[in-house]
Amino acid sequence: MESLDTLILSRIQFAANISFHILFPTITIALGWVLLFFRLRFNATGDDRWMAAYRFWVKVFALSFGLGVVSGITMSFQFGTNWPGFMEKVGNIAGPLLAYEILTAFFLEAAFLGIMLFGFRRVPGWLHTTATFLVAFGTTMSSFWIIVLNSWMHTPQGFEMIDGVAHATDWWAIIFNPSLPYRLTHMLLASGLTVAFLLAGVSAYRRLIGDRTPGVRLTMKTGVYLAALLIPMQIFAGDMHGLNTLEHQPQKVAAMEGNWETRGNVPLVLFAIPNEETRSNDYEIGIPSLASIILKHKADGVVPGLNDFVAEDGTVLHPPVTPVFWSFRVMIATGIAMLMLSWFTSYRMIRHGGVDGLGKIILIPLVAMTFSGWLATLAGWYTTEIGRQPWLVQGVMTTYEAVADVPAPYVAGTLTAYLAMYGILLVAYIMTIFGLATRAARGEKVADMPRAGGRADVVGSPNPHAVPAE
Amino acid sequence: MDMIPSPETTLPVIFAALMGFSILVYVVLDGFDLGVGLLMPFATDDEKDTMIASIGPFWDANETWLVLAVGLLLVAFPSAHGAILTALYLPVFAMLIGLILRGVAFEFRGKTDTARGKRQWNAAFVAGSLLASLSQGYMLGVYIMGLQSTQITTGFALLTAVCLTGAYAFIGATWLLMKTEGDLQRKAVLWAKRGLPGVVVGLGAISLATPLVNARIFDKWFSLPEFAFLLPLPLMSAGLVGVLWLSLRHLPDSADRWSWIPFLASSVLFTLGFVGMAYSFYPYVVPDQLTIYEAASAPESLFIILVGACIVIPIIIAYTTLAYTIFRGKATGLSYD
Repeated sequence: MESLDTLILSRIQFAANISFHILFPTITIALGWVLLFFRLRFNATGDDRWMAAYRFWVKVFALSFGLGVVSGITMSFQFGTNWPGFMEKVGNIAGPLLAYEILTAFFLEAAFLGIMLFGFRRVPGWLHTTATFLVAFGTTMSSFWIIVLNSWMHTPQGFEMIDGVAHATDWWAIIFNPSLPYRLTHMLLASGLTVAFLLAGVSAYRRLIGDRTPGVRLTMKTGVYLAALLIPMQIFAGDMHGLNTLEHQPQKVAAMEGNWETRGNVPLVLFAIPNEETRSNDYEIGIPSLASIILKHKADGVVPGLNDFVAEDGTVLHPPVTPVFWSFRVMIATGIAMLMLSWFTSYRMIRHGGVDGLGKIILIPLVAMTFSGWLATLAGWYTTEIGRQPWLVQGVMTTYEAVADVPAPYVAGTLTAYLAMYGILLVAYIMTIFGLATRAARGEKVADMPRAGGRADVVGSPNPHAVPAE
Repeated sequence: MDMIPSPETTLPVIFAALMGFSILVYVVLDGFDLGVGLLMPFATDDEKDTMIASIGPFWDANETWLVLAVGLLLVAFPSAHGAILTALYLPVFAMLIGLILRGVAFEFRGKTDTARGKRQWNAAFVAGSLLASLSQGYMLGVYIMGLQSTQITTGFALLTAVCLTGAYAFIGATWLLMKTEGDLQRKAVLWAKRGLPGVVVGLGAISLATPLVNARIFDKWFSLPEFAFLLPLPLMSAGLVGVLWLSLRHLPDSADRWSWIPFLASSVLFTLGFVGMAYSFYPYVVPDQLTIYEAASAPESLFIILVGACIVIPIIIAYTTLAYTIFRGKATGLSYD
């Protein structure tokens, strides 16, 4: 029993670590490109408003990046401390993918970040623009390699098993595995939406507390229009991803839909409490045949059910239904809220006097939705990752086979400490972002790294003989 | 071992070398910025800002070397990664908490608007640096002791924890005396002077303990002709300690021309110590249990990684150099403007 406790605790710990980590890349991936956009607009127009937007948001970028780096370090250790079986069995495939992630991407970001953040006055404009581009490109490549590995765990191919260890036979097939294009698109759009609502939410907050600076109008427009543009694309991409999952992991879709029996005319279940004891849904409210129509494009389309994924000896080979079922619904509901709010706000801005025409009735919901991208992203990841259980690599190894033989109390102790720290950091992060916004709205300059007292302004003049004034 | 090099024998050596290189770069680079964090309690508030500014553009990239080193262990020697990190479960956890704490404190302290908030994040930065340094030193000790956990090994690991922390503070002081001027520079010289005896004791203790607890390592060092070839290592180390002692006595000089010498000398000293350790443990990656050949991934996978590494690592070194060049000279106030 002890190893079962270790398994579930290790899974919760990994989920906690990766959930905390993903929050920050989700912001930096798209925010990097948004910053490049600000920088390029400034280069093209010479308009200071774009640079004001750049300066404010680069601070948010720096903060998010720092949190991403430190929470990412945890990830590379987790494999060894809690999941040694994973690398022992599929290390020949996961290894090179992780290595490419670290090599090509992580360094590109980390090394040019210094120039991007602090180099504005130290390097020529073109180099600063290039550094911004390379950081944005680096974060995107980083997500590419990670999603390659994650997609391969869902739809593995291009390998053979020799003595219980996976060996690569076709790298092209491994990298471009069937679920990669859908998952990558879905995640990059999720990042774009997260940043769009962050931009809009923080700008709305600044408007609410009386900030009428032109830079805020720009970021407000950028955020709202970006959201309005991306959300229909995301709904379409998400649907395609769902159909791809239906083809390769039907048990996951069955859990998402709360569908127990393989049959036609499957209803779209809006509300239910899935019951794994009776293997049916309690309190089900659904729209007849709609799930069949969505998934098979006809009312009597046969959709696979969960009961097909129970072995003859009773071993359950499908994921736990309730968390998959509910996290899927949370994601969809958040997406619908995003669609309605971003389109309605865009309509108001176009028809009723731009940003100045937005009243409290729109600004307050925008502030409330500032971090809605996080909610949707996490709910989506929980759907797909819990939906893969009991497998770690679909059909190749189970999560149980990979877990380390660490005493359960150790894992429980470290898990508690991680959770406590993550809770505090999350509160500090959100408070800091709104704090930065408050001070920017009041027109206070945020001297990020105050220079040493009494020093002359020596930025850009590396004069070693500068004498302190005191 | 046969005489013709085959992928099965050469690739693990190449990857062990790459991993060793990454660990070494990490220890020197993050060593100095952890050290700066350790020294912060002894500085005034203004000096603290300058100290932070001196490591601002670098710390992200410095910590990335740790990810590369652990990443290489993970991808090239997966079973060793599992064995080592499972054995070091708690100290690894402590180190991660420390690194997270200081990383976020670094970002938050610049963005808080109250003096109290700044003091709290400063304290978190110091605590994180201390926790990370101590746990790295502890892990070093447990590793030297063959990943065993007995009272003696724990005692030794506690000793190495203190020694490595002292060494980081020392290299941090040499970094500061290169990157700062005025009162802070004078303080940095003082810190370095006080730290030097500790570094000598620490290096000596580890150098003596390593062969004494392990007969195999004893034989590798104290048999002829190896001993003759290895003699330059301790001799050069002694020479460097001499250089450090002399230069610290004369710094800071009025023209401030030689302030880079202590940092360079301590970096080389760290390197020599590391080379000595690498020699002691080769070919084992898990001491006396698993060699690099036994732990290595399949050659075809290693080869794929090597192709990427050969392209990327020179670029990394080139632009790391670029970043250090752009932010060379004395630390000035960092701003996003």
